Amino acid sequence: MSDKIIQITEMNKWFGDFQVLKNINLEVEKNKKIVVCGPSGSGKSTLIRCINRLEEHQQGSIIVDGNELTEDTKDIEKIRAEVGMVFQQFNLFPHLSILDNCTLAPIWVKKMPKKDAEELALQHLEKVQIADQASKYPGQLSGGQQQRCAIARALCMEPKIMLFDEPTSALDPEMIKEVLDAMVNLAKAGMTMIVVTHEMGFAKEVADEVIFMDEGMIVERAETKEFFANPKSDRTKLFLSQIL
Amino acid sequence: MNKLNFLQPDKNNLNTYLYTGVILVALSIFIVFLNSFFNKDIISFLPGSISFFLPLILGFIGLHLIRIDYSGLKFLDSINKNINTNNFNAFLSLLIVFVVIKSLPPILSWFILDANIAGDSKDVCTGSGACWTYIKIWFNRFMYGMYPNAEQWRINLSFIALAFLGTIGFFATEKFKKYLTLYYVVVYPVIAFFFIFFFISGGPIFFDFSYGIIAAVISIIIGFFIPPKFKMYYFIIVPITLYILLKYVFFYEELIELGKLEALEWVETGAWGGLSLTFIVSFFCLIFCFPIGLFLSLGRRSDFPIIKYFSIGMIEFWRGVPLITVLFMSSVMFPMFLPEDMFIDKLVRVIIAISLFEAAYVAEVIRGGLQALPRGQYDAAKSLGMGYWKMHILVILPQALKLVIPGIANTFLALVKDTPLIFVVGLLEIVGMLNLAKTNPEWLGFAMEGYVFASVLFFIICYAMSKYSYNLEQKYKTER
Repeated sequence: MSDKIIQITEMNKWFGDFQVLKNINLEVEKNKKIVVCGPSGSGKSTLIRCINRLEEHQQGSIIVDGNELTEDTKDIEKIRAEVGMVFQQFNLFPHLSILDNCTLAPIWVKKMPKKDAEELALQHLEKVQIADQASKYPGQLSGGQQQRCAIARALCMEPKIMLFDEPTSALDPEMIKEVLDAMVNLAKAGMTMIVVTHEMGFAKEVADEVIFMDEGMIVERAETKEFFANPKSDRTKLFLSQIL
Repeated sequence: MNKLNFLQPDKNNLNTYLYTGVILVALSIFIVFLNSFFNKDIISFLPGSISFFLPLILGFIGLHLIRIDYSGLKFLDSINKNINTNNFNAFLSLLIVFVVIKSLPPILSWFILDANIAGDSKDVCTGSGACWTYIKIWFNRFMYGMYPNAEQWRINLSFIALAFLGTIGFFATEKFKKYLTLYYVVVYPVIAFFFIFFFISGGPIFFDFSYGIIAAVISIIIGFFIPPKFKMYYFIIVPITLYILLKYVFFYEELIELGKLEALEWVETGAWGGLSLTFIVSFFCLIFCFPIGLFLSLGRRSDFPIIKYFSIGMIEFWRGVPLITVLFMSSVMFPMFLPEDMFIDKLVRVIIAISLFEAAYVAEVIRGGLQALPRGQYDAAKSLGMGYWKMHILVILPQALKLVIPGIANTFLALVKDTPLIFVVGLLEIVGMLNLAKTNPEWLGFAMEGYVFASVLFFIICYAMSKYSYNLEQKYKTER
């Protein structure tokens, strides 16, 4: 077994008649940080939602940490527990306090004793610097704080892979930085990360590789420096010239 | 001194406007008051139509004069803001005040002044007002139906015990708080069921009840000495064994046969009635219809076609038929499909029928709440590794149910007010008893008192429920 933690081969996905993902081949090694970028509607979010099987693919195979994602959903919860996900709209549970948001899954899914779960949650909240807000409800926090809580909540499951689905797109410019800082720290700690984002600064700072997608296909995949210094395809050049 | 302009009152001559206005309004109210309470028409010297409208006109002008913005007087400002914002509102406010004054005397005289309550026969009711004697004499029947007088303590005791057990939540210490939900959802209904179907119903079945209690008490006491490791098995096996031993080996047969032990008198459910039956039916229907409705609403959104179409069928069927036919079917048609020797109590059948009927409504209300939740909540729960049940119990339902508290309260109120319909199967709760009493030859002509009495009782019950639902809403409000 190589240290390839995600292997996607020949994957196709349709929404009705519309093909969103075309012939995706992607391998991700352990501890690599990968940034996925591209214009909206290019299938970036769908791709990482497929890795978590929040969307089902119709053709090809996705292997996450040695388990293939198939129709047989018996193990899917186990796989999901090992893959953390952070969403654009935070998706915190509004009826629970910040601390309970973080301890809910460890207690009920991983059967962790409540005390241990709370300790763990406070550790992670400390890392994203909102431990002092632990007893508040999500509605009382700013967007940036909510997103950092969402990161902490995902980390509390101690995942092997973290997926970020445009984590800063719904935030004020001022709050983007605090979330990115939390993500940079996480990257430095050696987490395997796949990040869909438009923050090219973040990509330059932490990504090992950048993937550019357009119209459901992976147009270009390159080392970060290479990607920004001399992009090969014209479509990538056009995109970069507009976004930078 | 500024110039007075009565078309446009302003702050400069505040007192002048204020005094004139207040005097005019007071005068108009005084005229109506005299007319209404003392039957004196002090403006009768005026032509008919003018004397009729004069109070309105006077009050209208008065209110116009005191409508001064930012007068600096707190009381005046609040009046202007609330009942006197413009001419039309002033007119409506006056009209309402007059209607209240006009209608007070007849209401008061019917309810209190001309009413009779003393005595114990129809003859004392000579006044033109209500005859509360009628309610007093029939009070027992209205509360307990045909339940034998000597046995009514059983109903009282049960209800007091259940009310007491219901308030345990307020006294629970921190340690027991987490078990409260379990207690209210599972334990309390079971206790209530035992009380009502064994204690109130009585008969030899009462022994089962007492054996159950004895078995439970003994096993709990011994339970303290059992190591925690075996507790689970212990509490499954021992109480049941004890119960069977008590029932079949020790007492039952001999004692009954020897007549040494007298059972509580058997009171068949047909004799139950009055307000206590209203409570019993409402209580059990509320308890049963909620979980059934919950599962139907989840079922309707299920991915499995069988469950989905079964749920849709159930919901649409029960929503599509009138309650009165459902009740009629449950009591007349249903037994025909049962085997000869099988017998299900009429009350039980009625409770099942109403529960299923209301469950369909509850299901649709809850489905509304489920649909209001953003998809992100499902995504987030799934991405944390939760399966279907964990996701729903921990994340989705707490939010969805919170959203639909007003809708569920609505359905429950409707349910309570639907209970009188059980008269079609011969069960007489309070309205049924009223109908029975009003046709009693000795007490003809007091339908009004009865219905007023029942309305007041229903209002108290329903208002308490609606207040409670509002409190729940406030309690679980966590957004912002």
